[in-house]
Amino acid sequence: MAEKLIEIRNLKQHFNVGRPNLVKAVDGISFDIYRGETLGLVGESGCGKSTTGRSIIRLYDATDGEVLFEGENVHGTKSTKELKKFNRKMQMIFQDPYASLNPRMTVADIIAEGIDIHGLANSKQERMERVYELLETVGLNKEHASRYPHEFSGGQRQRIGIARALAVEPEFIIADEPISALDVSIQAQVVNLMKQLQRDKGLTYLFIAHDLSMVKYISDRIGVMYYGKLVELAPADVLYKNPLHPYTQSLLSAIPLPDPETERTRRRTSYDPDVHEYADGEEVQMREVSKGHFVYCSEKEFQKLQKQYKN
Amino acid sequence: MQQISKDKFKIVGAKASDAEKISKPSLSFWKDVTIRFRKNKLALFGVVLLTLLVFMAIFGPYMTKYNYFENNLMNTNQPPSGEHWFGTDDLGRDMFARTWFGARISLFIGVMAALIDLVIGVLWGGISGYKGGRTDESMMRFADILWGVPYLLLVILLMVVLGQGLGTMILAMTITGWINMARIVRGQVLSLKSQEYVLAARTLGATTQRIMSRHLIPNTLGPILVTMTLTVPSAIFTEAFLSYLGLGLTPPLASWGTMASDALPALRYYPWRLFFPATFICLTIFAFNVIGDGMRDALDPRLRK
Repeated sequence: MAEKLIEIRNLKQHFNVGRPNLVKAVDGISFDIYRGETLGLVGESGCGKSTTGRSIIRLYDATDGEVLFEGENVHGTKSTKELKKFNRKMQMIFQDPYASLNPRMTVADIIAEGIDIHGLANSKQERMERVYELLETVGLNKEHASRYPHEFSGGQRQRIGIARALAVEPEFIIADEPISALDVSIQAQVVNLMKQLQRDKGLTYLFIAHDLSMVKYISDRIGVMYYGKLVELAPADVLYKNPLHPYTQSLLSAIPLPDPETERTRRRTSYDPDVHEYADGEEVQMREVSKGHFVYCSEKEFQKLQKQYKN
Repeated sequence: MQQISKDKFKIVGAKASDAEKISKPSLSFWKDVTIRFRKNKLALFGVVLLTLLVFMAIFGPYMTKYNYFENNLMNTNQPPSGEHWFGTDDLGRDMFARTWFGARISLFIGVMAALIDLVIGVLWGGISGYKGGRTDESMMRFADILWGVPYLLLVILLMVVLGQGLGTMILAMTITGWINMARIVRGQVLSLKSQEYVLAARTLGATTQRIMSRHLIPNTLGPILVTMTLTVPSAIFTEAFLSYLGLGLTPPLASWGTMASDALPALRYYPWRLFFPATFICLTIFAFNVIGDGMRDALDPRLRK
């Protein structure tokens, strides 16, 4: 798992640059995604999780920084041909299963869109065979191909969205809150499908979500975002056992447990950005406190955390 | 407790493979629309009415032995009779032949205006909305400026420069008419382009052209069709209005507008000369309007049951 598939270097995504209503949606984040892993990205609403995902896949032109896919920069000027290559390797699953499928197209056309764009089928028959195969992969039937999206349930639609992404045989899939619009019984179905696809096809995921228990279940490593910055990045179990950044601690304290006994005594800690008391000009950045466990902190905090960690 | 042996059970249904089955018959979007449109009685009546009008426009002039341009000064201003079904006008021309010949021109102008508006408006609005930013800004400001020019002045200028005629008439109508369509398409495209299915197409590497033709325009089709059906009557009405002001077609060409305008000076003595063209203008506008309304209701997915 040591091979880096994607490196994100100081990615910045600002909106309304040069106007008074400037929004720094993503403000200088860096992390790596290893081949075959699932990196969970969590954080509160509006902290820039989705924007990060969309910037990586070039739906937005990044303000600054670079995204390296197998060592090649995705952003920056590219010829159509080069872009198409990236489009095949990187795909996205969207949040809203009702908005992510074009209501005027049949399921076959939706799934085959990538096949058509990249010319992956030589004949109509081959195209349909691919569509049937993909439908089967995501647990739907052949007969569904000629139907329209509005005839499907949310979970089925989400699986059609997954089939569409898989059509171009990507290596890396950004899942932008793929389960938050589904009801709980269906969530497990979709997550398990994603896990199974990862095993079968060796996919790498960037899993964006705000459901912490689901993220823990699916992710190998988890990044926590707060106001456009990555504040902590650690292997999933380490993050849950030993959260170091006060924001992560606050976030974890908010997870409700299905046990009335513990739930009664659960204390929520709230996060106040002022606790850091960063001095002016103090360099705050991601520092590796222990192996693979990064925290966004100042030099002073870093010393403290490391001491705390040794004990 | 009594043991029940397993072979007494048998599976009667609910196989695992049925879990994903959809029992509803597969309905395409257009079938769905047709079903809802058919339920609207008034809109259906509009379709029947329009079919009749178009039928008469095509075959009406051949039903009488008179033609639309031949004068008969011995036989002017006749009331409707067995000989002249709709009477005759001040030059003794048969009103029946003229009415249906005029229907051709009026409907032709209406449909042509709507089609030209459609092409220019959809392209202009679509590009403007999808590109956004500075392109959008300059394209829409240009449309605003054109919209701001006094309409009648523009028409009179055109008539002076190009001379009166059918072509000038259609040009006069479309020179500002497409702006309405462009605005509607732009608004729709603006709201659709951030939809996730458009983003999905972009991540798949779809070209702008493909996104426009496969995703944006098909989903704007509802408002486009409705606007079109409402453009036709407004064009017919504008033609009538311009003809009435004497800016329309040159005789002996007839349209409902010119006929109504000719009839006006003698309205007190020969009211039937205004009655026929005016009635058919009303019926046509009515038919298009109810069809347009029916289409709007049928195409709106929020009304889907």
